[in-house]
Amino acid sequence: MVKVIIYPTNSLILSDLVERFGHTPLAMMEKIKEKISTVGVDSPPLNITPEEPKMGLKYAAVEVPAGVRGRMAIVGPMIDEAEAGIIVNESPMAFGCMGCARTNELTKFLIRDRDIPVLEVDYPEDEDEAREFVYKIAEFLGSLSKDEKEGQE
Amino acid sequence: MNDDAVVKVALVSCGSEYAGVHGELESVAGSVNARLVYPEIDVSILDTIGKEFGIEAASPDLRLMMARAKAVVEGITDVDGVFITSCFRCAEAAIVRNEIRRYIHKYSDIPVISYSFTERTTAATLMTRMEALTTIARRRHLLAREHQSGLTAGIDSGSTTTKAVIMKDDRILGSGWVPTIKVIESATEAFELALKEAGVDREDIQALGTTGYGRFLVGEHFKAQLIQEEITVNSKGAVYLADKQKGSATVIDIGGMDNKAISVEDGIPGMFTMGGICAGASGRFLDMTAKRLGVDITELGSLAVKGMQEKVEMNSYCIVFGIQSLVNSLAKGSTPEDVAAAACHSVVEQIFEQQLQEVDVKEPLILVGGSSLIEGVPKALSELLKIKVLVPPNSHLIGAVGSALLASGYVEE
Repeated sequence: MVKVIIYPTNSLILSDLVERFGHTPLAMMEKIKEKISTVGVDSPPLNITPEEPKMGLKYAAVEVPAGVRGRMAIVGPMIDEAEAGIIVNESPMAFGCMGCARTNELTKFLIRDRDIPVLEVDYPEDEDEAREFVYKIAEFLGSLSKDEKEGQE
Repeated sequence: MNDDAVVKVALVSCGSEYAGVHGELESVAGSVNARLVYPEIDVSILDTIGKEFGIEAASPDLRLMMARAKAVVEGITDVDGVFITSCFRCAEAAIVRNEIRRYIHKYSDIPVISYSFTERTTAATLMTRMEALTTIARRRHLLAREHQSGLTAGIDSGSTTTKAVIMKDDRILGSGWVPTIKVIESATEAFELALKEAGVDREDIQALGTTGYGRFLVGEHFKAQLIQEEITVNSKGAVYLADKQKGSATVIDIGGMDNKAISVEDGIPGMFTMGGICAGASGRFLDMTAKRLGVDITELGSLAVKGMQEKVEMNSYCIVFGIQSLVNSLAKGSTPEDVAAAACHSVVEQIFEQQLQEVDVKEPLILVGGSSLIEGVPKALSELLKIKVLVPPNSHLIGAVGSALLASGYVEE
C-alpha cells in the first residue's frame, strides 16, 4: 500500500480510484474532516485559524497571500507524506477544485519536485480518452504495488 | 429599515475561510447587528461567468466572486450591503475585487465595501468599515438630511485632536479644538469651549452626535443620540460644508492617524478606502516636520507654498525615515520652504498611491481634516491629481459638523 497524493486534491473520483487499487489516497476531504472534528477549535466553517497561514510559511514565504498559505498548511504536509502522485491537468471544476490558481500552481510544483513516481494526465474530453485516462491511472497504480513488492523482496 | 433590523451583508470573498479570518468577519458582522449571507449561484455559471463578466480569472474562487456579485445585482439574493474581500498581495484578486466593486456600484444602489486581508486581520480593523456599511443600509433617511436644524452639538474625538461644535439652523455658533490627551477629559474641554463660545448651556442642546476614534466612550459619557463612524459623518459633513450635496463628489480626509478617501453620491458614501499602514501619510508627519523646522504647525503651509518639493530627496514613506530624509536635506543646505513642500508632497503622494487606487476621483474633490488647513497640502494634491481641490470653510471641524448635522435628525424625533 502506497500513499498517493492526488491533484486536484479534493477529487472524489481520483481518491476512489486510488483506494480501489489498494493504496491510500492523500486527499483534502480527509484533512478537512480532521479539522472540523477537532475538539476545542471553533473557527467555522473549516476550523482553519490564523495559525494555519503561519504553518504554510514552510511552503511559501510571507509575501504569498494568506489564503494560499492557509491552503498549503493542509496540502503541504500531504505532499511531504506522499510516496507517489497523480496529477490531472485541465480538469473541470466538478472533478475537483482548490479554488485558487496560485495554490494549484504551487501544489503541482511541489508534487513534481518530490523524488517520487508521478503520473500526469490530461482530463479526458471524450469516451475514448476517458478509457485511456482510467487505463493509465490503473496501470500507474498497479505499477506502484509491483514496485512495493519488489522492494520488499 | 429601522435601527434594530438585522442588516444582510453578502460576503463576496475568495478564500477567507482558508486564511483563518472568517471568524473575525463573522464577529465584526455580529457586533454591528449584521448577518453575513452567501449569494446562491448555479455552479454551472462558473464555467461561463469569466467571459460574461469580462475577466477570465484563472482562480475558480474569483469566478465564484463574480457569480455572487451578479446574483446580488440581479436581485436573486436579497441583501442590504456587500462586503468584498480577498487576500492581500494577490494581484489577480485585486483586479477582480476592484472590478466587482465597480460593477455593483454601477448596476445597483447597494452599498459596497472592500478589503484585502492577511491572517492578522482582526474584527477591530474591520469595525469602522462594517459600521459604515450597515449605517448606509439602515440610516439612508438620516443621510438624506441636507440642513441642520434645532440646537445640536457634535464632538469628533480624533486620534490627535478633539473637536466640538454647537450649531443652530445651519450656523456654527461655537467651536472647540483641543489636543486629544485623555479621551473624556479632552472631549469635555472641547465641548465646554464650544458651549462657551456659543453662549449656551449643555442642557439646552437638543441632540448630540459623536464620531472619531473615541466616539463610543464620549458618546456614552454624554449620552449622545448619535454615535457614528467617520466615513459616514465626514462624507455628509464635507458635502454640506462645501455646498455640494447633490451629485458626485470625492472626499479626502487626512487625519492625525489615518486617511480616508470616499466616493460620495448625493451625500451618501459609496466606495471608500481607509489607510493606516504608515503614519508617514498622516497629519502626524506634518506635525513632526513643523517641529523639526522649528515652526508652528499653522505656519507650515505658508512655508510649503513658497518651496519646491523637487529640490528635496525623499526616499522613504516611513515617518521615521521620512523625517530623517528631511533632516539630511536640511543638513545639505535645503531651505525650510523646500523641506515643508516636500513633506506636503510626500503625504499626498501616499494618499494617491494607497487610497486613490481604489476610489474613482470625481470632481469636486473636497479635502477635509486638520491637514487641509496647511496650504501646501491642497496645493500638492491639486498638482498631483491635476484637478482643483476644494477646501470648504471649517474643514478642520468636519467630523464635529457632520455629527451635529446628522444629530439634528433626532431633534424632530
